[in-house]
Amino acid sequence: MALYSEKVMDHFRNPRNVGVIEDANGIGEVGNAKCGDIMKMYLKIEDEIITDVKFETFGCGSAIASSSMATELIKGKPVSEARQLTNQAVVEALDGLPAHKLHCSVLAQEAIEAALEDYEKRK
Amino acid sequence: MIYADNAATTKMSDAAINKMIEVAKETYGNPSSLYEFGQKAKEALELAREKVACLIGAEPREILFTSGGSEADNQAIRSAAKLGEKAGKKHIISTAFEHHAVLHTLEKLKSEGFEITLLDVHEDGLVRPEEVEQAIREDTCLVTVMFANNEIGTIQPIKQIGEICNRHQVLFHTDAVQAIGHVPVNVADQNIDMLSASAHKFHGPKGVGFLYAKKSIRLSNLIEGGAQERGRRAGTENVPGICAMAEALSEAVANIEKNRDHIEPIRNRIIEGLSEIPHSALNGSREPRLPGNINFCFEGIEGESLLLLLDDKGIAASSGSACTSGSLDPSHVLLAIGRVHDVAHGSLRLSLGEDITDEDADYIISAVKEVVEYLRSFSPVWRNLVAGKGKFIL
Repeated sequence: MALYSEKVMDHFRNPRNVGVIEDANGIGEVGNAKCGDIMKMYLKIEDEIITDVKFETFGCGSAIASSSMATELIKGKPVSEARQLTNQAVVEALDGLPAHKLHCSVLAQEAIEAALEDYEKRK
Repeated sequence: MIYADNAATTKMSDAAINKMIEVAKETYGNPSSLYEFGQKAKEALELAREKVACLIGAEPREILFTSGGSEADNQAIRSAAKLGEKAGKKHIISTAFEHHAVLHTLEKLKSEGFEITLLDVHEDGLVRPEEVEQAIREDTCLVTVMFANNEIGTIQPIKQIGEICNRHQVLFHTDAVQAIGHVPVNVADQNIDMLSASAHKFHGPKGVGFLYAKKSIRLSNLIEGGAQERGRRAGTENVPGICAMAEALSEAVANIEKNRDHIEPIRNRIIEGLSEIPHSALNGSREPRLPGNINFCFEGIEGESLLLLLDDKGIAASSGSACTSGSLDPSHVLLAIGRVHDVAHGSLRLSLGEDITDEDADYIISAVKEVVEYLRSFSPVWRNLVAGKGKFIL
């Protein structure tokens, strides 16, 4: 049996929305290098709609896949909807994560929350 | 696939496989049975014991067959602790980067009232014999120091440490799992009282190993039952596995120099190639080091994603990152040599086998370079470092 689902491997091998948004109006960074995971989310929000999202991640396969999937789940969505994103939704969309990797999905949720918080502050 | 994880396990040699099949088919009697067919198995078992003993400079009666290295480590340490306790000596010296089979046994003993001193292994991954001597006390019953480290491959000054222990009349055990069959090991020359070995690290089968213990040492049992192994390890012997192990070991020992001459230059080629990656560093001293061991840290990336992408490129390797260890902390070995968490997560271990070629080496170098560069391209840690927002460690 493989360590990860096909979906996880797909998002790990071909991560969506990788990179930086230079004129982002919401940026969130969570995790720390000591623990081996850092995620940074960049949001471009226009009229309360997330028109663009990019991420950078330092971490394991599931951390990269979780970031990628989380960006897919909120891209083009209203801010109010993105706020409802849960780590379970990320896990489900990835067809599951091993138990000891669930924290990666939590980190993805937190990174988006942090970016949205930053957006609210800047408003 | 390029298999570069020989420190995890090795491919069985043809000689070992053939021996295993031959014994399983032809000599399946129980060595404890007294009819001739049983005694044939006994004979095969004792022949294997003689062979193993001879290959490490021991006497046959000093070899106890076990299920592998972990069992041998457990039994050696437990036995020394019991002997120590009887003499009122409850202090044990070891090192911070031992295998968990040793460290966890020592932790258990600590909870049972033993005092444990773990020696510093310094940035180069080498124990200092003089520090062993300084640590020895009146109540020290055992010094246990691994022969070669399983992650960074550094070879310890075993002979000198053994000499010090002998002089102070303290038992000396070494976990030689990574060393035996790869570098010369001789218990008499190297002043070793007890030694653990595992067959699958030298092209033998899994689930079999041995403990060498000087005949003057009274071993305690981990497994109670029948009178096998002179009453020190109960259970019907794994005769095919043991015979295959002896076969594999004699092949490995006979070829130590030849294998080293082949592998070491390729190892050096890879070390030099990977050193070209900016902000990377070899872990542990380059010499004395196991001929096939390469262990690097790359700043700004995490090891598990590195391994998965190398796997996609057909390279099987290993890492000391937390994600591969199944805990939150990166490898205790890398921490012991002073690597901080941030860079210890980004480690890669390549352990080469005898079939490695120069072409493989060049492919490994270019694949690792490519993957490291790719992972750094979207690592926020790397971005900060490059932007001058943090300080490079390596």
